[in-house]
Amino acid sequence: MTYVADVRALARKDLLLELRARDTLPAMLLFVVATFVVFHFSLPAHSSQLAASGLLWVAIVFTALLGLGRAFVPEREQRTLDGLVLAPCDRSAIWLAKSIATLAFLVAAEAVALPVFALFFHGLRGATVAGVVLADLGICAVGTFLGAMAVATRARDLLLPLLFLPLAIPIVVGGVGAGVASAPGGYLGFLALYDLLFGLLCWATFEYVVTE
Amino acid sequence: MIRAQKLGKRFGDKRVLRGVDLDVARGAFALVTGPNGSGKTTLLRLCAGLAAPSEGELAVDAPRGRIGFLGHEPLVYRELTALENLELYGRLYRVPERRERIGMLLERFGLWEVRRDRVGSYSRGMTQRLALCRVLLHDPELLLLDEPHTALDAAGAELLDAQLAELHGERTLLVSTHDPARVESLATLRLALA
Repeated sequence: MTYVADVRALARKDLLLELRARDTLPAMLLFVVATFVVFHFSLPAHSSQLAASGLLWVAIVFTALLGLGRAFVPEREQRTLDGLVLAPCDRSAIWLAKSIATLAFLVAAEAVALPVFALFFHGLRGATVAGVVLADLGICAVGTFLGAMAVATRARDLLLPLLFLPLAIPIVVGGVGAGVASAPGGYLGFLALYDLLFGLLCWATFEYVVTE
Repeated sequence: MIRAQKLGKRFGDKRVLRGVDLDVARGAFALVTGPNGSGKTTLLRLCAGLAAPSEGELAVDAPRGRIGFLGHEPLVYRELTALENLELYGRLYRVPERRERIGMLLERFGLWEVRRDRVGSYSRGMTQRLALCRVLLHDPELLLLDEPHTALDAAGAELLDAQLAELHGERTLLVSTHDPARVESLATLRLALA
């Protein structure tokens, strides 16, 4: 219960910071909607569902990257990571809380973005939405972990995409597959497995990312 | 409480601390002095567990949750209020009777009236006072204070002096300072870094 209380307190802090600073969510919203508008006018008329599905995932991954790049900015600018690391709570709580906050921003951005996508392109299948939900979990788990690694370096703005994008390829493959396949169960299972494996890995090893 | 033998720290090719021997008994007040770049901050960060030694041995007989660390940065969020910052740390440090303790510290350091203001609107001195509240919040056994008088006005510095005198003998303190005269009378151990 203490662990849950720590995660809740830390996630609340991240949500409160965003509510006050409004640095991340407006940028994510603007980016994802602008991307769909650009795609809408740049794609040839009657383009295939496969192409549209691919564009959806490109937009989701890069929107998430925008949020992930901002995730540890307060800790970096105000050096508060030291304060969190010194606290007697399990350090994985820092990762989990940050992942939950980033997930909240991503879901909020997608709540606007998915209807816009449906309006501009081919509508949305239930399997696509399920794929997006599962992909969000993996994106936020892995991306937050890598964000914490990158924030300690000088080349953080370059390092995060370099580390994150290769690891996001399975998510894109699973997400596109779930959106276009006639039997999406396998792809959704693949995304769930990715979430489970990488979530556990990040949870278990986060301590080594934030300590010397 | 703290025992170090031939303690050293390197950052790449740069050696910032070399061959430090230290034996701080429980309840001692250790004063660390030295010019800029002599490794005072690094020594305190090593003792806090925020950095790992490159050479030598270091043993700190206090669990992570019983250490109070004040560094160059206040380690508080500017977008949150003083109350929200202390609430967060109070929860993470499992401070009993948290609200009362926070209220008492804010009163003592003259921040009660501005407790609901965002820290970003504070002066540097007020932020340092809040940082001191954060450090004392969980009533730590071991206090590691790096230049604690920095940015404090005369009243703030006197408040801190009174707090240090109160803790003297009750808690173990490792204090680095450029102004040793200020706490010289409390020191039971002196370490001059070159």
